[in-house]
Amino acid sequence: MVEISGVNKVFDDDNYVVKDMNLDIYEGEFLTLLGSSGCGKTTTLRMVAGFEEPTCGSIRVNGISIENQEPYERNVNTVFQSYALFPHMTIYDNVAYGLKIKKVKKDVIKESVTRILDMVQLGGFEKRYPSQLSGGQKQRVAIARALINQPQVLLLDEPLGALDLKLRKQMQLELKQLQKKLNITFIYVTHDQEEALTMSDRIAVMNSGVLEQVGTPTEIYEKPASKFVATFIGETNLFEGYVQEVRDRDVMITVESGTIRAAGEGFKEKELVAVSVRPERMKYSDVPVEGFTIEAVVSGQVYVGSVLKTIAVLPNGNQIKIERLAGQVIPEKGKIYLYWDQDDAKLIHSIDQEFFDKVDNVRMGGGKAS
Amino acid sequence: MIGKKMKASSVSAAVMVGPVTLWLVFFVAVPLLYVFVMSFCSLDQNYNVVFHFTMENYARLFDINYLEIYVQSLVIAFLTTVICLVLAYPFSFLIARTTSRYKAVLYMLVIIPFWTNSLIRIYGWRTFLGANGWLNHVLISAGIVDTPLDLLFSKGATILGMVYCLFPYMVMPLYTAIEKLDRNLLEASADLGARKVTTYRKIVIPLTASGIFSGSIMVFIPCLGLFFVSDILGGGNSDIIGNLIERQFQSGNNWPLGSALSIILIAVTLLLVKLYQKCGGDLESLGV
Repeated sequence: MVEISGVNKVFDDDNYVVKDMNLDIYEGEFLTLLGSSGCGKTTTLRMVAGFEEPTCGSIRVNGISIENQEPYERNVNTVFQSYALFPHMTIYDNVAYGLKIKKVKKDVIKESVTRILDMVQLGGFEKRYPSQLSGGQKQRVAIARALINQPQVLLLDEPLGALDLKLRKQMQLELKQLQKKLNITFIYVTHDQEEALTMSDRIAVMNSGVLEQVGTPTEIYEKPASKFVATFIGETNLFEGYVQEVRDRDVMITVESGTIRAAGEGFKEKELVAVSVRPERMKYSDVPVEGFTIEAVVSGQVYVGSVLKTIAVLPNGNQIKIERLAGQVIPEKGKIYLYWDQDDAKLIHSIDQEFFDKVDNVRMGGGKAS
Repeated sequence: MIGKKMKASSVSAAVMVGPVTLWLVFFVAVPLLYVFVMSFCSLDQNYNVVFHFTMENYARLFDINYLEIYVQSLVIAFLTTVICLVLAYPFSFLIARTTSRYKAVLYMLVIIPFWTNSLIRIYGWRTFLGANGWLNHVLISAGIVDTPLDLLFSKGATILGMVYCLFPYMVMPLYTAIEKLDRNLLEASADLGARKVTTYRKIVIPLTASGIFSGSIMVFIPCLGLFFVSDILGGGNSDIIGNLIERQFQSGNNWPLGSALSIILIAVTLLLVKLYQKCGGDLESLGV
């Protein structure tokens, strides 16, 4: 549906906001661009909308290249973070705006506006002005206004960012239901990883202009492709070290506090790696478990409703998070041995390895390369 | 305790507000009252003002020659306002929207003329436009015209001078209104399928209407009174209400008639401001 290929966006000659972006978005998909502020997710969205031009690369919607089309020529519509409702128009006129511009017949407009306002549960608000609505209501108007044009793709730029938590949760569900019902492709920008996990069919995680990983919420959470994704999405325990031994999929890793095991393919000995273990996957024992030699001391527990969080401290001072559903027993103090099922840990190639590879290939002046 | 506190605050309030009140009383209220009373006075044989109540001054305002000048005054003010608006709107839009570092410089260009007395600047135009002036000199030496163009002493020259003097008063409220315009609204309009022209017509102009309105008021009203512009550039061919008033106080030596004219001008001004308020205008954006 939307193909973003080789797109770069450069400001002031050398400020890469988006770097070599390749992303295919399928029809009827709810895709979330996730990242912290300044990672280029909004810029990507604005390039699809037509408010920014890619420095190079192409963007296709439905097979048609659109990067040279003006925003008004594109069959995509945007829901703005600030809603951007026209303050001098009534709700009716705001929603009808797109159709009026297309010179649609008056009675058709009236019918469509009524139908779409009912759909976002704002029937009867036609004569009000945006200033008379609450944040959540304004948001619904903004969505109705964008949807009335029946776009092929709806772009949403942190649409729930200004709402309070409870309303946000409710709108998340409503938006998701709306998307399923209308079967329109949604491209959704947010910095809220929980929101992304709840709503998306697929998530594209961005970090300083680079697309780090694209996948379903489960893939992103269970199988993070990079250290950034592992730490940005949910909580995790990250161990960094080097590969000591490889036996098929079984990889032994030496870290500062001892040795650990994980499963993975395509790793070689002496390679720098990171291991990500989610708090709920972390196991412990009173006696050492084969393959694991890391000990920790339980330092505290936090009770947060449905889960019980335990903090354990490694000899080097790093904190390890362990989570269990409330009601399950975990030690309150004392020494424990940490371990996990090999498939519960995600083994990640370290970017630092690339750096060392490069250094190894540099021929030092004078000396003969071995 | 409380009484003491209140007393202290009322004293300090008096100290702060007092001078302003005195200033307004002596330099605004008293002169206005004086002009108002004067407008009902009459002259004796020696052209001295005597306090003898009469409506004659007001009756004379309906003289056909005066009526012509009122109309001419309104026409000049109207044309000046329209020209200022047409010139100032794109310019204000440019400086309000630009992200260039020259934004401040552009705005300064509007302000700088204020640093020189407007009388001097208008004399500058006279030497520029005159028969032996720069413009004619250039046109003749370039072979575009044979004889000097008669540029001065016309309604056109007066309007030019007015536009020149009052242009900044149009730019400032427009700039403020356009600056406040949310960029997202323009993007939203384009996003919903509107071309630039439609966006201007449906979004930009309606949302900057307050600026357009207050700018127009701020140009139109002074335009009725800037007598020296029509004096210097119009040469008596394009008199405005301001000229009438000035003449009665100066050469005509008929203060009561001049006062009556002044009262009418003030009344017209108040009427326009009232109209502006009625249409939803904000007095503060006029700097009142």
